[in-house]
Amino acid sequence: MAKDCTTCVETQEKQEKLHKVIAEHKGTRGALIPVLHEAQEIYGYLPMEVQLEIANGLDVPLAEVYGVVSFYTRFSINPKGKYLVNVCMGTACYVKGAGLILEKLKEALDLDVDECSEDGKFSLEACRCIGACGLAPVMTINEDVYGRLVPEDVVGIIEKYKNL
Amino acid sequence: MYKTIADIHAIREAKKADLMIRVDENAAPSAEGGRMHVLVCAGTGCVSSSSVKIIEKLTDMVHKNKLEDEVKIVKTGCFGLCAEGPIMMIYPDHVMYTRVEISDVDEIFNTHIIGGQAVKRLLAGDSEKKDAHNALGSLEFFSKQLRIALRNCGGINPECIDEYIAKDGYLALEKALTEMTPAGVIDVVKASEIRGRGGAGFPTGLKWSFAAPQVSDQKYVACNADEGDPGAFMDRSVLEGDPHSIIEAMALAGYAIGANQGYVYVRAEYPIAVQRLGIAIEQAKEYGLLGKNILGTGFDFDLDIRLGAGAFVCGEETALITSVEGRRGEPKPRPPFPAVKGLFGKPTVLNNVETLANIPVILLKGADWFKSMGTEKSRGTKVFAVGGKINNVGLVEIPMGTTLREIIYDIGGGIPGGKAFKAAQTGGPSGGCIPASHLDTPIDYDSLMAIGSMMGSGGLIVMDEENCMVDIAKFFLEFTVDESCGKCPPCRIGTKRMLELLERITQGKASPTAIEDLEELAKSIKASSLCALGQTAPNPVLSTLKYFRDEYVAHIDEKRCPAGVCKDLLEFSILEDKCIGCSACARKCPVNAISGEIKSPYTIDTAACIKCGVCMDTCKFGAIIKK
Repeated sequence: MAKDCTTCVETQEKQEKLHKVIAEHKGTRGALIPVLHEAQEIYGYLPMEVQLEIANGLDVPLAEVYGVVSFYTRFSINPKGKYLVNVCMGTACYVKGAGLILEKLKEALDLDVDECSEDGKFSLEACRCIGACGLAPVMTINEDVYGRLVPEDVVGIIEKYKNL
Repeated sequence: MYKTIADIHAIREAKKADLMIRVDENAAPSAEGGRMHVLVCAGTGCVSSSSVKIIEKLTDMVHKNKLEDEVKIVKTGCFGLCAEGPIMMIYPDHVMYTRVEISDVDEIFNTHIIGGQAVKRLLAGDSEKKDAHNALGSLEFFSKQLRIALRNCGGINPECIDEYIAKDGYLALEKALTEMTPAGVIDVVKASEIRGRGGAGFPTGLKWSFAAPQVSDQKYVACNADEGDPGAFMDRSVLEGDPHSIIEAMALAGYAIGANQGYVYVRAEYPIAVQRLGIAIEQAKEYGLLGKNILGTGFDFDLDIRLGAGAFVCGEETALITSVEGRRGEPKPRPPFPAVKGLFGKPTVLNNVETLANIPVILLKGADWFKSMGTEKSRGTKVFAVGGKINNVGLVEIPMGTTLREIIYDIGGGIPGGKAFKAAQTGGPSGGCIPASHLDTPIDYDSLMAIGSMMGSGGLIVMDEENCMVDIAKFFLEFTVDESCGKCPPCRIGTKRMLELLERITQGKASPTAIEDLEELAKSIKASSLCALGQTAPNPVLSTLKYFRDEYVAHIDEKRCPAGVCKDLLEFSILEDKCIGCSACARKCPVNAISGEIKSPYTIDTAACIKCGVCMDTCKFGAIIKK
């Protein structure tokens, strides 16, 4: 019961934040994408209810909101895991074996790209380029950056987070 | 607080004195500036290897020893030598340290900052040549470079507007607003013959001159910082290391064409760049260098940031404009060109970050100065993000006309592990692969086009003998298929079909006509796609077909991958004379495809093998090979 209550408060807080963001941007031309960025910052992803709220708030059709959300890879309609494992698949990393790192990660996490583990702990993603080409191949787990990787490093790194 | 021209001059003079010790080793330190400046790179590359912690620790030590007035710890932008990060530069000694770790900070503090002696083992450069005065200039990595767009990267604190002003920042804007007409500004840019650094190479002055005469109640200036080419980070480094140069250049463009609103469209994947640009805009607003009545001249200009959301096609100008408008970033047919009908239907000039970074210097030093660098048709310099199989991964700026060989071997330090150079890829998913036979091609827009590649925005990826060119072509096609916006069928369907053909080739399942099929498809896609994404998507395939056709043929006819990359064409086997029969591989094999008796050579059942490579990683005796 107590747990439910905190969720309510949290949701209410998030909703208030969202309403504030919408109010700030309403009437500005080209506001939809900035609002979606901030909404994703608040919720971690963009569930249909949030999209609906934005559509109503900014007075744009829901179809247009969903059209924009589905167009850009940065917007997600699914929740992300607590630890977001991101493998850089930019060209510099790819020629240095990022593909092998990704294979190892899929195995170690038992996840495919863009999947989230059932316990909500890990998501696996492949990204375009994080720009740390000097450290190639690179992966990030939330804010932590791991560079100059070899496939054998992967299991040990993942274990560390499993036990956190 | 709003600054007048006289205020800005006073700031410039005072700060110049403070920064003098970074220019002249024998300069007397100013009262405010302190006797020593420790600059630490806080660009994305070095931040990824913990440079922020180093800055924090140093700042803390300086504070504890009450040295704040004497020793200044400065976070700065990219020095370019990303592979050797984190980089630290100490002035007035001009000493550069590389691969500094948090555990080295104590020694640097005690030996160098307090003791005045360089820490030899951390000095940049080859170990035998290490001496304290080997930094910028004498290292070959730097000596062949000419840093114009990157002039302030690694030299100033990007979060301090006064340091930018001290480097003659906002002087070009003052000169334009007080001494020049808008047409005069365009004339200088035109006369410099600078071409757009985003890839296509359209003359910047001409672009401005199209927008200037348009009559409209509103015009816009936009900056394309949606650096989508994977492995390229030139624009990001400029925004991280010298954001004010972009603000100044956009204000200049606004003055030239009669616009008073600008947008910087930057990738959301660049959090540090976004943050520094945001800080810079706030500072410029505070000084009245953005906003109403800039420098008391009556000129108004405002600037806002728009975040991209991960769509490669938004680097295309019409798609970028649609995205700034808050919609799906789909391109539109041209004409009308943005200079006539752009953002919100108004005349818009759209320039790339690196192009803009050149503009203030061109106005200060003149068109002739700029034209004196580079080649006849490609003036000035170009920044490249050099990556892949090369020793000095990093950011380099070279005069146009420099050869690939100079970039790769002199500046880049060659290929690691003594491996052979195979190809250099420029232009990202729109460009092509350049083979060893063209290493002496001078780098400029037209020469690169002539050999089937393109300048692109400046990504330069080096590949060695271990990279399969068919696999690389497939990698880029996967990228374009994923990033095609879907608006026009040649790109949406055509690239997908090309990818399927490439997949069959790498699986050894291609028909003998696969190469002709690829070429035919490529021709139609190039001719009929709506925007540059589709028109250039076949380039990686065409250029690898041109220079590495034998690799395609080996995959198709002999079902063999010469570089040993394409998994489906590989076969793992055990060398009898090297195998000692320890059974380690057999125990690790996930499908039990390896069998044998202890102490005698094992064998792999190739029909059962899934080619995961675990056995090869496990074997300590190098007895397992793939071919």
